[in-house]
Amino acid sequence: MTDKLQRILPTVQKPARYVGGEYLQIVKDKSEVDVRVAFCFPDTYELGMSNLGVRILYAVMNNMPRVWCERVFAPWGDMEEAMRKHDIPLYALESHDPVKDFDMIAFSIGYEMSYTNILNMLNLANVPLRSADRQGLENMVFAGGTCAYNPEPLADFIDFFSLGEGEEITVEIIELYRKAKKEGWSKQEFLLAVSKIDGIYVPSFYEHSYNPDGTIAAITPLYGAPKVVTKRIIEHMDEAYYPADTIVPSTEIVHDRTNLEVMRGCIRGCRFCQAGFCYRPVRKRSANVLCEQARESLRISGNHEITMSSLSTSDYRELEPLMDELLDYTMPRKINLSVPSLRADNFSRELMLKLQKVRKSGLTFAPEAGTQRLRDAINKNVTEEEILTTCATAFSGGWNNVKLYFMLGLPTETDEDVLGIADLTYKVIKTWQKHATNKKRGLRVHVSTAYFVPKPFTPFQWEKQDPPEEYTRKQRLLKSYMTAKSVEYNWHAPDLSQLEAVLARGDRRLCAVLEEVVRRGGRLDGWDDYFDYQIWLDAFAACGIDPTFYTTRGYGKDEIFPWQTISVGVDREFFWREREQAYRSQTTPDCRMECSACGANALCKEVGCDV
Amino acid sequence: MYRGIFSKEGNAIWISHLDLMRVLQRSFRRAGLLLKHSQGFTPHPALSLALPLSVGVSSCCEIMDFELAEGQVVAAAQLAGMLNAVLPEGIHIQKVYEPTRKAKELTHLRVAITLEYDNGIKADCLQMLTELFRRDELLMEKKTKSGNIVTQNILEMMKDVSFAVIDGETLCMECVICAQNPSLNPSVIPAMILRELPDYAPDFSSVRRLAVLDGEGKPFR
Repeated sequence: MTDKLQRILPTVQKPARYVGGEYLQIVKDKSEVDVRVAFCFPDTYELGMSNLGVRILYAVMNNMPRVWCERVFAPWGDMEEAMRKHDIPLYALESHDPVKDFDMIAFSIGYEMSYTNILNMLNLANVPLRSADRQGLENMVFAGGTCAYNPEPLADFIDFFSLGEGEEITVEIIELYRKAKKEGWSKQEFLLAVSKIDGIYVPSFYEHSYNPDGTIAAITPLYGAPKVVTKRIIEHMDEAYYPADTIVPSTEIVHDRTNLEVMRGCIRGCRFCQAGFCYRPVRKRSANVLCEQARESLRISGNHEITMSSLSTSDYRELEPLMDELLDYTMPRKINLSVPSLRADNFSRELMLKLQKVRKSGLTFAPEAGTQRLRDAINKNVTEEEILTTCATAFSGGWNNVKLYFMLGLPTETDEDVLGIADLTYKVIKTWQKHATNKKRGLRVHVSTAYFVPKPFTPFQWEKQDPPEEYTRKQRLLKSYMTAKSVEYNWHAPDLSQLEAVLARGDRRLCAVLEEVVRRGGRLDGWDDYFDYQIWLDAFAACGIDPTFYTTRGYGKDEIFPWQTISVGVDREFFWREREQAYRSQTTPDCRMECSACGANALCKEVGCDV
Repeated sequence: MYRGIFSKEGNAIWISHLDLMRVLQRSFRRAGLLLKHSQGFTPHPALSLALPLSVGVSSCCEIMDFELAEGQVVAAAQLAGMLNAVLPEGIHIQKVYEPTRKAKELTHLRVAITLEYDNGIKADCLQMLTELFRRDELLMEKKTKSGNIVTQNILEMMKDVSFAVIDGETLCMECVICAQNPSLNPSVIPAMILRELPDYAPDFSSVRRLAVLDGEGKPFR
């Protein structure tokens, strides 16, 4: 008889994402394995397989002898329903064994709205949600990723967090676990030992107490846990592991291409950007190493596209020689070369011509704010002139499609700044009229506004989020000025961004809310198909928690943050200085022009920041 | 031009037609082979599959036609080995050769449909099913490409129907069906059993392509 899984697969969308078996997946002999890790990505296969961090750590763990790491993704709603109906617990793709059979369950968390998927996946695996309800070493749940920098809303569910870049720390964790399992330690003994590893945060080793107004009164470390846990980094990128022999999915994923990591960190210092501060200090790979990695991974994967990724690829010093050398390899093989996140200020004509040789993709800018005054306040150091000059170059080179990304609700924003977006859009249209070489095809300007979410470890970590009514007022005001035929204006709905703000700066009192949301059927919240705001409102009410405490209230200058125990290497004093600069609408030069003493260089023990 | 015959089994049966095209294209690159590309702004590789296979259907007789880029001189006999070394599990090329016939001469398919009865096969099941497919007509409505609804007699697109008992719960039905102009989707066969003989409908069914045939019923190569 055909097994239950094979019987439900014909009834669900895109079944290929639920079976594994892709080229270069890793299968080991279970009898020769000491530690089995279920590496879970709390969203769909298509997103998880597009994540470079997941691919690096999958290889790092599987490169360890006698360790087998397998992949687990969140099923789409139809598959989840079928699995629950037929009593199929969450399973790993390589062996199809239930997640519950694994020694360790690891999560990579990059987005607040995937928190409910973590709980739902544990539930689908029949693993107790709360750390306290899991006795023994088996099913040890740990997590890392950008969201681990404020792990508090997940504090009751995850046994420990691994902070920062995982190439080395993950090996240390698993080696310790292997020892614990062999010697039959208790869970508490293991947690005590793992908390001694640099970069490990065990939330149950910290007691949070609260003031009558709801703010945190004190965070008290227990069992000798460190007062501050600092993230880990890899100092030498040229020696950092690069997964050239990574899995090639058999079904289309979001980023269906080879991903070359040219740098970590960003020299820019945009004040709203969490990644910009959390990935400091800036470290780069050499062009010759990158070329070798590109050739090897293209040869192994057979991919027909390669991209150079980082937070700001056009700041990579050797970009042009690197592109020249890559094009020598890719052009004769009909491989596309793409470069995301180009900045308007140094988007050279030569670079554009090179890209054009392969394929003419759209032109995307993220000025983020409509006026120079506000762009200065958020330290987005790009001028209107630079944007328009770049557009003029692009239009004369045949481009006729521009995307412009902005945020509404930024600190210090006025209606003048909001209307500045319409003004800048109008100037882009004028530039096209003046410079376009082929006007017959017409111009398309896509303008998109997001709702600003203040994030921890940024100069705006103290800020109030605009109330949703205010955001909506600004968005409607802008809409009334976006009348040109060639403009398509899209905006984000406020509900999701409010919840992102709650979870981004939330504390461990939100654990009950997350549990309640999942109990009421909430999951896949990052997807319009499933996101249900009412479930969240009901859960907040049921738990007696006011979400605006985390959004429109704002945090006091000296208030204890829920994430106070954690350090990304950048000083709180630096963030406050930057905040004051923002309120004076003053910019801070990028790291290459002048070091602004953020503190992150202290993370490097052997070499300085690469600036 | 080259023609390859390959099988698609195991986990690979869940790969869709479009995804399979991508899987094969990547496999050529991995094998160090560059396909011929069309001219133009978005060049397309010269690779085509004769008859798209539905998701969930296994096959041991898929046909792909391809051309290699100019200057790529490889003996047909070597190609299967080169590609098999880099294909994902479940996809296996049996043979690559230089074809003498056009893909449109492939008109029929021999298929096996496995019918699973979880509570055992009823004593008269074989007889009832045999009689069902011996009727004069089994009509089915089908939407054409132009959007019109036409009524088809599916028995006109099926022949050589036979049944075999595999075990107490499993029957295997084999038949030859039309593959091109017109074509019959074999998944309608279990649906027809459900419609006409609901008491004899299987709890689960799966389809496998066994052979590609020409108009005379001979294997197409």
